[in-house]
Amino acid sequence: MSMFKIFDVAGSGMAAQSLRLNTTASNLANANSVASSPDKAYRAREPLFAAMHADAMAGGGDGGNASDAAVGVQVTGITTSQAAIPSHYEPGNPMADAQGYVYGSNVNPIDELVNMISASRSYQNDVEVMQSAKQLMLKTLDLGK
Amino acid sequence: MSHPTDPLFGIHARALDVWQRRAEAIAGNLANADTPDYKARDVDFRKVLAQAGAQDAPLQLAAPSPGQIGGAGDTTNGNIPLEWRVPMQPSMDGNTVDTQAEQAAYAANSVHYQATLTFITAQIQMLRTAITGGSSS
Repeated sequence: MSMFKIFDVAGSGMAAQSLRLNTTASNLANANSVASSPDKAYRAREPLFAAMHADAMAGGGDGGNASDAAVGVQVTGITTSQAAIPSHYEPGNPMADAQGYVYGSNVNPIDELVNMISASRSYQNDVEVMQSAKQLMLKTLDLGK
Repeated sequence: MSHPTDPLFGIHARALDVWQRRAEAIAGNLANADTPDYKARDVDFRKVLAQAGAQDAPLQLAAPSPGQIGGAGDTTNGNIPLEWRVPMQPSMDGNTVDTQAEQAAYAANSVHYQATLTFITAQIQMLRTAITGGSSS
């Protein structure tokens, strides 16, 4: 019964999107963090998605016939933004360096909000797919009644 | 699952396989809606149906290894070919998933799947009537 693969696929999508939501939360929380040097400043994080084919997924193909229909998502890594780190002149700040500068994060809150909406919509899609698949499977169990 | 023309359920047992496979493909598309360079896939029902009909044709070209160009192809054991979807609005990251279109296709596919289930149920009930001679079991 390869209908179970839909659960794997939608599940991998949900895992990936919730990780994306996690990075978004982390970025937004650190939008106003400051550091005493550009190296230590917080950089925006973003997950890297890649398609994961059936043979790499748990369960494998059915009957030796490797089905390439079930394509899940995997997170291959988390990248940090290479955008410039802004510096502010705040001599009174305890984190300020010798010249009186503090270094903020390069998080763009607008980008993050857009990311958040996109991730939550995609997550909802995956949930719907899973629910429909579940209903179809239950109906199949009732076959002939 | 079964021969294209199953003696008991006709083409429906086979159709159930196809709808299921299509649901899988579309679930994959929706899961990868945000994956860069992912290309959406789908099952062409008409083509699979034609192949299932041509199953009894004599002397088909054999395609022993996957990816080899063969004849109509053997679709008996879950080997349902996938096609690439033609994007309506290509995106900059190379992804060809149109979420709304996929949602619509998934919903339509669910209805088709349930229709096939209904056909099979009707067939079972018909057989049951024949077996019991019309007296309700």
